[in-house]
Amino acid sequence: MYVAVKGGERAIDNAHAWLAEERRGDLGVAEMSIAQIREQLALAVARVMAEGSLYDPDLAALAIKQARGDLIEAVFLIRAYRTTLPRFGASLPVETDKMACDRRISATFKDLPGGQILGPTFDYTHRLLDFALAAEGLAPAPAPQAAAAPDRLPHVTDFLAREDLIQPEADGSATPRDLTREPLDFPADRPLRLQALTRGDEGFVLSMAYSTQRGYGRNHPFVGELRIGRVDVEMDIPELGFAIELGEVVLTECETVNQFMGSKTEPPQFTRGYGLVFGQSERKAISMALVDRAMRWEELGEDNVGAPAQDQEFVLYHSDNVQATGFLEHIKLPHYVDFQSELELIRRLRAEAAASQTQEAAE
Amino acid sequence: MNAYNFAYLDEQTKRMIRRAILKGVAVPGYQVPFASREMPMPYGWGTGGVQVTAACLVPEDRLKVIDQGADDTTNAVSIRKFFQKTAQVAVTEKTGEATIIQTRHRIPEQAMTEDQILVYQVPIPEPLRFLEPSEVETRKMHALEDYGLMHVKLYEDIARHGEIATAYAYPVKVEGRYVMDPSPIPKFDNPKLESSALQLFGAGREQRIYAVPPYTRVVSLDFEDHPFDPSKAPHPCALCGAEDSYLDEVITDDAGSRMFVCSDTDYCASRREDAA
Repeated sequence: MYVAVKGGERAIDNAHAWLAEERRGDLGVAEMSIAQIREQLALAVARVMAEGSLYDPDLAALAIKQARGDLIEAVFLIRAYRTTLPRFGASLPVETDKMACDRRISATFKDLPGGQILGPTFDYTHRLLDFALAAEGLAPAPAPQAAAAPDRLPHVTDFLAREDLIQPEADGSATPRDLTREPLDFPADRPLRLQALTRGDEGFVLSMAYSTQRGYGRNHPFVGELRIGRVDVEMDIPELGFAIELGEVVLTECETVNQFMGSKTEPPQFTRGYGLVFGQSERKAISMALVDRAMRWEELGEDNVGAPAQDQEFVLYHSDNVQATGFLEHIKLPHYVDFQSELELIRRLRAEAAASQTQEAAE
Repeated sequence: MNAYNFAYLDEQTKRMIRRAILKGVAVPGYQVPFASREMPMPYGWGTGGVQVTAACLVPEDRLKVIDQGADDTTNAVSIRKFFQKTAQVAVTEKTGEATIIQTRHRIPEQAMTEDQILVYQVPIPEPLRFLEPSEVETRKMHALEDYGLMHVKLYEDIARHGEIATAYAYPVKVEGRYVMDPSPIPKFDNPKLESSALQLFGAGREQRIYAVPPYTRVVSLDFEDHPFDPSKAPHPCALCGAEDSYLDEVITDDAGSRMFVCSDTDYCASRREDAA
């Protein structure tokens, strides 16, 4: 006798209990603290803050711990938390030329005011597994200190702008639309596209950017400047009549300078792509700048060559990993009702096909 | 759960969703964009339906949640628990006793009444999506009532297979105007879309809400010489003997023996109770 599958509720509770056990792993191994994750897995924390659209290293570290290191799951936890937070106002735009830079490099000028600051980068490390790290308890030797960089590091693109060599950026005084508070609609203006890119999946934005480099909407980028560091976040307080500092955030900013031979509407000049991401996330910031530039084809009067990175609907609808992973993984939920209707359809079509074949054979 | 508002969403968000619902009711079958929120369950798990339910719930409501017609499927259990926890509303498995029913992939067999709301979880709200991938284009097609592409697709089905080869999410025309995706319900359920109850459709990831108000005309697309046929497996239910309900096929042994049972668990159980 068939008994309907019951007990979904108990199964869920038991699954959650098992998951909690698995998350903790072997009890004989010390538990990780939030501070350890925040300090020692800082780049994972940065990615979760960037794609979660919430700057809070401790919460991001907690999400990583709870998600067992699954970063997309951690991003999801942060997003679901973020959406419940009240909004009491908006900060002033951050001024990245006043950034306290840990790193600041230009690939277009050998030297420039403020200098090149290499900073804590993997770039010139040899990727050899460091077995000494496997032995715990060894603190690294302190890194040499230099004098602090000047308070204000000018943007490389400003030098080009002074000579009129780079396309000017229009001043946007209007309050940009908020991707998280309004439904996405098209055409999406640049502030909206940049919002989507900065919270977009790092892998997706990277691959889109890479596709432009390989010829699908090539836009000849140079990294005019890449900077990483802390900036102050300020907010106007109406009761006070002036802005006060709320805190600081670490940002990665990338400005690309793109070769451009001119179009029907624009003279030959350099053009710009822009990337700005929470935390130290330079792969993401550079990728974002390339994809931003690719999506600007229309305003610059370029041809749409049909490249995926030029198609804002394609990029914006598919860049969000919380949406993508949810919809992708939902196909593991029960679909037996739909499948049943398909089964019946296929059986019917096959029976008809077989019948007509027999009839043809008889004729 | 005092940390969260009644039914999880804050009142401003609920108001925004209610506005979208009202617009949907005013323009039956039209997909209203709304600023869908990230919910504490993944996209694809019914976030659109959950937001619509949250915006409709009042403390006096009695909620029923079904997935594949059943109250005890894991995701139905999970969503029901979510609202028990965040809204402390009464819940039921009885179709007739519920004031709001959230569903995935089925319409209950028992006819619904004017006092009830049926909330559907919708994965892809756009009936034209697999004919035209661009949202900009499909919105234009709806605005111009340009549904030629859909009719050509249905015609090609008939030319190729002798019938319209769509078994679920079968497109309908609402009140003679908008072509609408009824969510992935089997086409067997399509006739039940003309109902005394208010029907609301929520697509969270795609940020769309749409509605079929009570007593709205809902016509499944077809041709005069190939009329719509809400087919089902040619069997009665092996448990309750119903011949008018949608059936799940259950494989019962390694040799592939199978039986057919009602997909609507409440319908099946109450028929068996009545017989006993």
